[in-house]
Amino acid sequence: MKRNVRSNKYWLDNLRAKHDWLFLLPAIVLTTAIFFLPALQSLVSGFFSINLALSGERAFVGVANFIRIASDERLFEALWNTVRFAAFSVPIEVVLGLGIAMLLSERFPGRGVARAFILVPWALPTAIMAMAWRWIFNDQYGVFGGLLMRAGLVETAPAWLAMPGTAMAAAVLADAWKTTPFAAVILLAGLTSIPQELYEAAALDGAGAWKRFKLITLPLLRPYLGVVLLFRLIHSFGIFDLIWVLTSGGPAGTTRTLALHVYETLFRYLDLGYGSALTVFMAVCLIPLAGVATWVGKSPVAQAK
Amino acid sequence: MKLSTTKAFVGVAIAIVCVWSLAPFLWQVLTSLKASEEIFRVPPEIFPDSWSIESYRKVLTGRAFGTYVLNSLWVGSWATLICVSVASCAAYAMTRLTVKGTAFWQKFLLAPSFLPPAVLAVPLYQLAHFCGITDKPIALVLAYAALNLPFAIWMLAAFFKHLPKELEEAAMLDGLSRMGILLRIILPVSLPALATTSILVFIFCWNEFVLALTLMSRDATRTVPVGIAMLSGASAYEIPWDQITAAVVMTTMPVVLLVLFFQRQIVSGLTAGAVK
Repeated sequence: MKRNVRSNKYWLDNLRAKHDWLFLLPAIVLTTAIFFLPALQSLVSGFFSINLALSGERAFVGVANFIRIASDERLFEALWNTVRFAAFSVPIEVVLGLGIAMLLSERFPGRGVARAFILVPWALPTAIMAMAWRWIFNDQYGVFGGLLMRAGLVETAPAWLAMPGTAMAAAVLADAWKTTPFAAVILLAGLTSIPQELYEAAALDGAGAWKRFKLITLPLLRPYLGVVLLFRLIHSFGIFDLIWVLTSGGPAGTTRTLALHVYETLFRYLDLGYGSALTVFMAVCLIPLAGVATWVGKSPVAQAK
Repeated sequence: MKLSTTKAFVGVAIAIVCVWSLAPFLWQVLTSLKASEEIFRVPPEIFPDSWSIESYRKVLTGRAFGTYVLNSLWVGSWATLICVSVASCAAYAMTRLTVKGTAFWQKFLLAPSFLPPAVLAVPLYQLAHFCGITDKPIALVLAYAALNLPFAIWMLAAFFKHLPKELEEAAMLDGLSRMGILLRIILPVSLPALATTSILVFIFCWNEFVLALTLMSRDATRTVPVGIAMLSGASAYEIPWDQITAAVVMTTMPVVLLVLFFQRQIVSGLTAGAVK
């Protein structure tokens, strides 16, 4: 009798557990429909020639689109621009973010307000603020050149966004402005997770500020640096909105990034097949970046355990 | 003596960073409040000689600006509602229930967060084209709900995990079903987390550009970022900067205020969501 009740209860528990997965179902359906299926579809479309101008007529072309990637000079130009953009913006963001995080981890009156101010750029729409930056860098009426003129650094403000070197620098600056707060917030969380006693003990042992930073802060911050790098590397590699609005890839294609190349392939040349192949190529490019970030994020502490 | 120099250094550095963070936004505010002939002065004056709201009047009356804002509000609200509802269920299952293969589903559901939206532009365009919903707001609603799902799940799961087990046990003794527990126990005590998640998801929707650009090609369905990026004058060379700065201020001001008010919650949510 007693056993019967128990098994009955067990059966009930089992039934409930059986239905628990239903709570995951909506999320799984949505993710599959909007993310995995289209991704798979792109993988397939890469093997077809699909021209949107010809009402989406498709023809199987095998690996032709992927071979075309190897000889697409505009693609390599875009890849190089993307690499330059990421190579400048990400380190700047991480270093500045770490600096700001260290400032914010100090105790001072008005810390909450300062933290809120510093967070503002991160929450603002990139595309809209790219418009704002275009105005700031305007060659005639822009305040950036205006301030330099007032300071007597330049006679007349150059057309920042119309010269290859400065256009890229402007994009990097605008990106650093926008995303440094993200790095700062994550790294600040990392800094506050480090037990204060470690620093005190190290100070007692006579370790200077630099040594404490190198031996305590940096190693313990690695998981957080990994997270920052993962998101920043991947998103700077896919940068679109900022560049599209700020320079449209100009001047002379020197700020055209991968994402702009893909967009043009689809909407100017209406070439869905090649656009899909490029999308696959871009996604593959992200793998080594994710690898680097994961390596950085490997906590030496966890390894020691 | 040494302590006070450190303090002074920190103070000055913080002040510089704060000014740097707000300056681009404040410059739009100052420009938008100048009379249009004053905007085009070389070199620019920092403060307006005479304050004017002419730019705002022009962009509000002569443009489809109101349409963009309504589109953004509509898309953002539905996407946030769907996203947070779906994420609540998923986060509940992941943290409070024992579902077979949770570890796998976790990875499955969080994977999309590692792709930049630009990579999804072509696949989603093709999907929307296939379903015949390009230029329909529903395309953006579904895309945004799905894209923000990983973030919302992450954030809510981080919160749900710390709720005491006793909450559910008492409810189970009362004979509440799983859904009843979620709706009547878990969600009500998680209101702060739900609010923060909703605010952030809405901000992400409000800000999104690349999908809005690819999926919506008609002016009538454009959202704010695309609408502003495409504001142009009579010719390609004539850019109505007075109206643009006014539009920039009006569409970013709400976000600035949200951040200033909810800074603490946003920071704790963001770090709970990003680091795990």
